[in-house]
Amino acid sequence: MSLHARLVVDRGRFRLDLPLDVAAGEVVALLGPNGSGKTTALRALAGLITLSGGSIDLDGTEIARAGHGLPPERRRVGVVFQDYLLFPHLSALENVAFGPRSAGASRAVARDRAAQWLARMGLADIAANKPGRLSGGQAQRVALARALVTNPRLLLLDEPLAALDAGTRLSVRGDLRRHLAAFDGATVIVTHDSLDAMVLADRIVVIEAGHPVQDGSPAEIVRRPRTEYVARLAGLNLYRGNADADGHVMLADGGRLTVDDRVAGDVFVAFPPSAVAVHRERPSGSPRNVWEVTVVGVEAHGERVRVELTGVPPVAAEITTGAAAELDLLPGTTVWVAVKATETHAYPA
Amino acid sequence: MTQPSQQHYRRPPWVLLLPAVIGIAYLFLPLIGLLIKAPWSTLGARLTEPGALTALRLSLITATITTAVCLLVGVPVAFVLARTRFPGQRLVRALVTLPLVLPPVVGGVALFTAFGRRGFVGVLLDRWFGIQLPFTTAAVVMSQTFVALPFLVIAVEGALRGMDTRFEEAAATLGASRWTAFRRITLPLVGPGVAAGSVLCWARALGEFGATITFAGNFPGTTQTMPLQVYLTLQNDPDGAILLSLILVAVCITVLVSLRGRWIGAV
Repeated sequence: MSLHARLVVDRGRFRLDLPLDVAAGEVVALLGPNGSGKTTALRALAGLITLSGGSIDLDGTEIARAGHGLPPERRRVGVVFQDYLLFPHLSALENVAFGPRSAGASRAVARDRAAQWLARMGLADIAANKPGRLSGGQAQRVALARALVTNPRLLLLDEPLAALDAGTRLSVRGDLRRHLAAFDGATVIVTHDSLDAMVLADRIVVIEAGHPVQDGSPAEIVRRPRTEYVARLAGLNLYRGNADADGHVMLADGGRLTVDDRVAGDVFVAFPPSAVAVHRERPSGSPRNVWEVTVVGVEAHGERVRVELTGVPPVAAEITTGAAAELDLLPGTTVWVAVKATETHAYPA
Repeated sequence: MTQPSQQHYRRPPWVLLLPAVIGIAYLFLPLIGLLIKAPWSTLGARLTEPGALTALRLSLITATITTAVCLLVGVPVAFVLARTRFPGQRLVRALVTLPLVLPPVVGGVALFTAFGRRGFVGVLLDRWFGIQLPFTTAAVVMSQTFVALPFLVIAVEGALRGMDTRFEEAAATLGASRWTAFRRITLPLVGPGVAAGSVLCWARALGEFGATITFAGNFPGTTQTMPLQVYLTLQNDPDGAILLSLILVAVCITVLVSLRGRWIGAV
C-alpha cells in the first residue's frame, strides 16, 4: 500500500509540481504556508481535481495521469477534511456507516462495522449523536473512523487539528498519532502547523510555491532548515553564505558571521534566538560575532520576549522580560547583539 | 448554536413602522371581509348540498399530483441548472422562469398550441396513442405544472447553490456513486429548500385559474377546480362564492400551519 506519485497541476499562473513517495505504514506531512499548493496536492491525490501532468501510482497500479484518473469513489483513498465535513443530517454512527453502505454492505453489516470503529475510537457512547452535538475532538475522531472504515489504500488528512482549540489539540494530537501508527497504508497529512507535522509525521516534505524545498525527518528539518520559511517554523535565525576554512562566513545578503563548524563553501548558518545576547553598549570580551542593530518589533511570549532586529544581518533575539525592561527596548532603539560562535550551527547548502 | 433567550428589540423607526402596519392591514382586511360577509346562517345547508365539495376535492387532488410531478421533474432541472455548465444555460434558466411572469392565460394558449388536438405534439399523441389531452383532468395537472414548476425549480436551485458542495466530495471519497451521493447527502441537505418549494408549488397549483380554464376548460367533476368554481359562482350567487373562497382560505391556512415548523422553518 505504497504511493508513488508526481503531482503536476496548473492553475493559471500557479503550478504545483511535486514528486511524492510514501511507503506503506509511513506518515508523510506536507508542510507549507498558505497558497503553497499543499491542499491542491491533497485534492489531486483524492481525485477531486485532475492532474495536468505526472501520475499517481498506488500499490503499483496507475490511478491517475495527466487529464485522466479514477473518480474519487473508485480510488479507495480515505480523506479527513479540514473541518471534517461530517454529514450534518446523519448520526455519528450513520456517518461512519456511510462508506460501507456505499460499498454495498447491508444496513446491518455497515452499522456493525461502524459501531466497532466508534468503539475503537472510544466513541461508543456518542454513536447516536448528530455532528452538531459533538465536540471538536469527537468530530475529528468520527471523521477519522469514517475514513478508515472503508479500508483505504491511502489516507489523506487536511489540517487535521486546525479546527480544534489549543486545549483539546494536545490530547487529540496524541490520539491521532496512535491511530495513524495502527494504520498500515500510506498516510499524507497536509498542514501549515510545524508542531503537528513534527509530532504526527515520520517524514516532512516542505513545499513552497508549488515545489518541494526540503524533505527529511522532523529532527533533520528542525536542525538544518533550508529556507526562511522552515527556519521561521523552527524558530531559528537562518542565513546563507560562503564559508572559508577558518569559519568566517560572508553572508549572501550582507554581513559576516564566525562559526565553529568547519565547513567550507556554500553554507547555511542557523542559531536559535535564545543564543542572541542584547546590549545597550558595544560588549567587550569573548563573543566573536558582535554587530549593531535597530529594534523593529517586541513581542511577549509568556516569560520570554522575542525581539525583531534589523541590521546587517537582521536577527531575532529571545530574552527574558526582565532583561527587556532593563534594556528599555522600543522600536527604533539602537542596540548591540552578540552571538557566540559555539552557539551557531553551519552546514552545507 | 446558542441563541440568547431574551433579545432586546428596539422599536423600528416610524418611517418603516407605518408602511409596515399599512401593508399588514392591507393583507388582512380582505380576509376579514370574507369572514364578515360569509353566509353563516346557511352554511350547513350549503355544505351538505350534493356536489358542493366536488371542486374542492378536484383541486386538492390535482394540486397534489402537480406537486408530485413538479418534484419529479423540477428537482432534476434545478440540479442541472445549479451543478453543471452547458452552452445556452442562461437562456434555459430564463425559459424555466418565464411562466412566473407570463400571464397564465397565455400559458394556457401556449399549451393548446403544443398539446391541443391540433397542436404539434397533440397531433402525434392522438395519431400514435389515441390520447387527447385538452379538457381532461390531465390537462388541469398540465396547466398547473406549467405555472407552478418555476416556483419549485427556483427554491431548489437556490438551496443547491447555498449548499456546501464539499459534502458531495466527502461522499465521493467514501465510495459513494454520484447518484448515491445525491440521494443520501445532497437531497437531505437541501430538504428544507425542497419542502419550501413544494409548498409554494402546491399553493400556486391550487390557485391556478387562467391556464386551466383556457387549456382544460370548465367541466364540473373533471376540470372545474375551486378557483374556477368561485369565479363562476360569483356571477349569480355572491354568497356562495364567498363561502367557497372561505373554504379555500381555510384549507390553505391549515396546510401552512401544519407544515410550519416541521419543514419550512427556513421559509
